[in-house]
Amino acid sequence: MSENIRTVENATCTFCGCVCDDMILTVDLDEKRITRAKNACVLGRAWFSEHKHEERPYALIRGKEASTAEAVEEAAQILAKARFPVTYGLSDTTCEAQRQALAIADLIGSNLDTTTSVCHGPSGIAFEGIGESTMTLGEVKNRADLVIFWGGNPAASHPRLFTRYAVTPKGMYVPNGKKDRTVVLVDVRRTPSVPVADIFIQVKPRSDFEVLWALRALVKGRRVSPSIEQRTGVALATLEDLVNRMKSCQYGVLLFGMGLTMTRGRHFNSGALLALATDLNEYTHFVAKPVRGHGNVTGADNIVSWQTGFPFGVNFSRGYPRFNPGEFTTVDLLSRGEVDAALIIASDPASNFPRAAVEHLRKIPVIVLDPNPTETTQLAHVAFTTATYGINVPGTVYRMDDVPITLRPAFESPYPSDEDVLTAIKNRLRELRLARGGAYGAGATQKVAAPLPSD
Amino acid sequence: MAETMSLIAGRSSKQGTSLCAGKLEPEYCEVTSTVEMNVNDMARLGLKDGDRVRLRTEVGEAVVHCKGRDAADLPLGVLFIAYGPPSSQLMGSDTAGTGMPLSKNFEVIVEPVTGQSIGEEAR
Repeated sequence: MSENIRTVENATCTFCGCVCDDMILTVDLDEKRITRAKNACVLGRAWFSEHKHEERPYALIRGKEASTAEAVEEAAQILAKARFPVTYGLSDTTCEAQRQALAIADLIGSNLDTTTSVCHGPSGIAFEGIGESTMTLGEVKNRADLVIFWGGNPAASHPRLFTRYAVTPKGMYVPNGKKDRTVVLVDVRRTPSVPVADIFIQVKPRSDFEVLWALRALVKGRRVSPSIEQRTGVALATLEDLVNRMKSCQYGVLLFGMGLTMTRGRHFNSGALLALATDLNEYTHFVAKPVRGHGNVTGADNIVSWQTGFPFGVNFSRGYPRFNPGEFTTVDLLSRGEVDAALIIASDPASNFPRAAVEHLRKIPVIVLDPNPTETTQLAHVAFTTATYGINVPGTVYRMDDVPITLRPAFESPYPSDEDVLTAIKNRLRELRLARGGAYGAGATQKVAAPLPSD
Repeated sequence: MAETMSLIAGRSSKQGTSLCAGKLEPEYCEVTSTVEMNVNDMARLGLKDGDRVRLRTEVGEAVVHCKGRDAADLPLGVLFIAYGPPSSQLMGSDTAGTGMPLSKNFEVIVEPVTGQSIGEEAR
């Protein structure tokens, strides 16, 4: 360790949606690495300690080293020529970068989708149908006396959700912390989160909707057949006990994970849970919130919703935003072989998407912005190395409860930020558009009266 | 011997920490190439920890190592694997109009594998 040490107080960890902003980082400025991350969980410690300054090319074009400026030109040319591109990712970058990506999508008439579509996208669909009885995590910390985790494993994915907000912290109306709370965990398997819970309810796989609907019936005083146990693995007496606890608590919260959205039922599961929270407000105060994975996936939802009116799966081909999951969502666009170029920001679909989607990604020009090598950067036509948000890049991110938080970076990176690169691509696209005298993409033929010089 | 089981792809602590070290690094590849299985299912299939199994769906297949989980932790016929390229190989692309492919609780055919290495088999 060198003697050139800096301490960064109240830094923010952007590994997961908890976005803990109480990190105390010890930074070795000579070696450009973080040697200690006080208050971080096991995931946060890995996030900070594994971030090392490595000498990678600023950009690669078809696998060959290039400058950022050359890569910007190449990326702009690809996007300018595309008829039906998709802009995707965005959950691990700043809101400022997300705005630039959205501006590009709007400019070129692109599809615009975020990793929400393969995360809590179904919950986003359910919000539109049911609504959301919402809250901040600060309220949970200070008020919640009944906390129900459903279809998630925070011990593995969001460790400080337990210790900072929802289980052990002492709050204004729960002064004794965990002693004042009842914690329930509902899942199909016994995960490392189970020891935290006072009550563990193990449901049969693909039975969440049925359990939630039975709970709704019991809340409303309807009869539920004891055969519910045969279907769901949960005894009627267990459900009745849970309903009594839910109706009699002072402040109840349902924190739900992708155990609901990624399984049979998808948005119906999320919708059933949101409806249950709404029903319970006839009796007490009850809220529900999806537990979000990536550090700024909630920011992506907010930025896209703020600017288009929809959270993900948006299409600008007609010059105005349209929302249609299943049509304009990236897995569908790629699997059907519809898009002819992809701009991917801070995401790795080549690793996470179904095979058919990845096969199409290999056939089209792909532009990627990522701080690290991934399966997607390996297949990209243009790959930018960018600085890491939160560690190198300042800006804004949204915590999973829609609270915006300012980043306090630890040290500078030699690489540009996502925002810098996207702004440069956007500006170049504007120049190209002026030069060709009209619109881009599938909408070009509708918007441009005269034949274009390049046509 | 092959059996149909239900696969859950999800997060694990090791998957989270290893992806920080790099998604192309050996640790991440190992973590995402290990499937957890009820010990009684493993015994019936003649498997022990570290043995290889082929997971197959109608869209793809992956060969991964298996690791036993106590019968109380993981129900019979249910498998867990950390998200990663092997689990993605098994997902169908139909999103039922939602944008979300089924990633949890979908059926896979499980069969023990002998012979080739993971790298040669997983595709």
